[in-house]
Amino acid sequence: MLDKSYYEKTDEIIERYGKKPGSLIPVMQDIQAEYRYLPAELLTYVAAQIGITETKAWSVATFYENFSFEAKGKYVIKVCDGTACHVRHSTPVLEALWKELGLSKKKHTTDDMMFTVETVSCLGACGLAPTMMVNEQVYPAMTPEKALELIAQLRRDG
Amino acid sequence: MIRTMEQLEQARSAAKAALQGYGCRILVCSGTGCIATGSNKIYEIFSKLVQDTPGVELVFSPCGGDHDGQAVGVKKTGCQGLCELGPLVRITKGDRVIQYVKVQPEDCAQILEQSVLGDETIERLLYHKGDTAYASPDQIPFIAKQTRIVLENCGRFDAESLDEYLAAGGFQALRKAIEMGRDEVIAEVDASGLRGRGGGGFPTGRKWRQVARQKEQVRYVVCNGDEGDPGAFMDGSVMEGDPFKLIEGMMIAGYAVKAENGYIYVRAEYPMSVARLRNAITLLEERGLLGDGILGTDFNFRLHINRGAGAFVCGEGSALTASIEGNRGMPRTKPPRTVEKGLWEKPTVLNNVETYANVPKIILEGAQWFRSIGTAGSPGCKTFSLTGAIENTGLIEVPMGSTLRQIIFDIGGGLKNGAQFKAVQIGGPSGGCLTEKHLDEPLDFDSVKKFDAIVGSGGMVVMSQDTCMVEVARFFMSFTQRESCGKCTPCREGTKRMLEILERIVNGQGKLEDLDTLEELATMIQTMALCGLGKSAPLPVISTLKTFREEYVEHIVDKRCRAKTCTALRRYVINPEFCKGCSKCARNCPVNAIYGVVKKPYTIDSDKCIKCGACKDNCAFDAIFVEA
Repeated sequence: MLDKSYYEKTDEIIERYGKKPGSLIPVMQDIQAEYRYLPAELLTYVAAQIGITETKAWSVATFYENFSFEAKGKYVIKVCDGTACHVRHSTPVLEALWKELGLSKKKHTTDDMMFTVETVSCLGACGLAPTMMVNEQVYPAMTPEKALELIAQLRRDG
Repeated sequence: MIRTMEQLEQARSAAKAALQGYGCRILVCSGTGCIATGSNKIYEIFSKLVQDTPGVELVFSPCGGDHDGQAVGVKKTGCQGLCELGPLVRITKGDRVIQYVKVQPEDCAQILEQSVLGDETIERLLYHKGDTAYASPDQIPFIAKQTRIVLENCGRFDAESLDEYLAAGGFQALRKAIEMGRDEVIAEVDASGLRGRGGGGFPTGRKWRQVARQKEQVRYVVCNGDEGDPGAFMDGSVMEGDPFKLIEGMMIAGYAVKAENGYIYVRAEYPMSVARLRNAITLLEERGLLGDGILGTDFNFRLHINRGAGAFVCGEGSALTASIEGNRGMPRTKPPRTVEKGLWEKPTVLNNVETYANVPKIILEGAQWFRSIGTAGSPGCKTFSLTGAIENTGLIEVPMGSTLRQIIFDIGGGLKNGAQFKAVQIGGPSGGCLTEKHLDEPLDFDSVKKFDAIVGSGGMVVMSQDTCMVEVARFFMSFTQRESCGKCTPCREGTKRMLEILERIVNGQGKLEDLDTLEELATMIQTMALCGLGKSAPLPVISTLKTFREEYVEHIVDKRCRAKTCTALRRYVINPEFCKGCSKCARNCPVNAIYGVVKKPYTIDSDKCIKCGACKDNCAFDAIFVEA
């Protein structure tokens, strides 16, 4: 059972977009921005509030890649694997991060909930390929070495 | 408040006068690329430095009262173009503009001292090509050889200031459109020959007319800013760099088809675009340019922003409107088309960012002017994002009908490190590859189609000889397979089967019959998939199979990848001349594939080798290399 504050926050978010079926996606986006994931209990709650079935809410939430039912790490690292980054060798950057953090294609988040590593199709900074994004900050011209330095830095920052 | 045409002109005069008050403007590029290289820090430093300089007034917004011509403005602009050389900074004094590249925090004080307060140019921070240093951005070949319509203001003014947009002539086109009347506006756009810049190339004027003719009176204007092609960032740059222009284009469309609500659907990965658009909408609402009774007429218009949630398929029209409605973003069967039943089943004008951004200038300068640029069938310019193995990566705009040679060699400066040109991938996952023999062909919507590619939204990824074309085809197929929405079987199953085959081939387990199967599956998907994205998904494979068939055959028959990209096909070899027989590689090899006698050259058993590269990484004598 989630704490009452979660539901209060959700009410506040629903308020922003109105109690109508069309509000589903922006509401889920704001909930996820708040908690870094989409708690299943809240999805059920939102469905009832905006007047759609629970099934419908789940079908939409599972369709879009950005929604996650699992809690993500404090730092969400998105390694760009767009065309420009791919031809400028983004894969070694991803592999270096996986190795350093003990993650893989299947396991995205470290046990200490510090780091989540994902790939993304394009960050729109192709001129500086290969790039990666940590939370909302884009880092240019990555190499495996620079990625590991950044991890060390983030660990120091805590 | 701007409630009437007169007030609009008064606001424009005031904004222009205020801009005259600047002695100098420091324009810091705040495109996604430059922010990544640290331009926000540069902006802060300049703001602080100017503030701390006695006798100089710092101005952030032009409408802040009288300035005596001595004030210094510190501004954030959209993309200035040379993304790889960021952070970019422009210093403008009257007509004189200096472009600085790779500006570091420690350079700011010197720039302020010598170029802002003084009149000197700092040579080491200029753009250099060979022995020539370029001070004015308009002389840099990368910029000089472009024609900028959509990007005319991008990088030249503060993307967060409505006053700067007004001073640059903003909303003159909307005013003129209202004076022209609805039918005239549609006729003008139609006569201009503007075609949809999102990839489809459908005539924009015709689309608008079809919506205007519908019986249903509730209509919508929707902007597709879901720029999902990997390797494309043109629309993002327009939303960041000149958001007002996009909005003005949408308002003209809204006026022409009598729509009262507009929606901009922006990709989730573009937080900066969302922020700039939100800022622009707020400013326009505050000043009365969005809302009811715009400019004293009966035209009401409101704008809404929808953020994507990470689904490439939402770039398809009916999937996009489904997503705005709060549904799964899946395409539906057509007809009815979007112009008849689009958003919430109402007639909808759906164009992409670049298309709308072309509209204001067409209204202002006229259809004839627009037709004087580009080719007969594809008038106007096209933006491209130039990336990959190229010297000058960045955002460009050129007339339709320009050749690849002009784009890659004149503007792009040729390949990086003098590498040899192999191909350019155009049109992203729905596109194909153009090669050496297409270098001098004029590019427009119709010509590119003949070469099994599409102009698409405008992503251009340049590839050199060390790119493996089979791997590129696999890369795109893995993208489309992952992004397939799963609604129709040809796309859902077909892309999966094609990907499996391509993966086999790059792993050295392909068979020659695989190539026939690939072609058969490609044709099946092309003819049978439900939506445009599905139909075009096999294009990267078809195009590479046609042009680079010998590379596929090499992978299958010779188990060889000439670009040395495919890991499984790499052959690690020890050069006996360099090998000292130290045995380090043999000790490091996890599968005991290296053998030999100490102090004599060692050998690698290719059959046992798992291509991990541990031997090569650890060799002290550089004796191990990869053979193609």
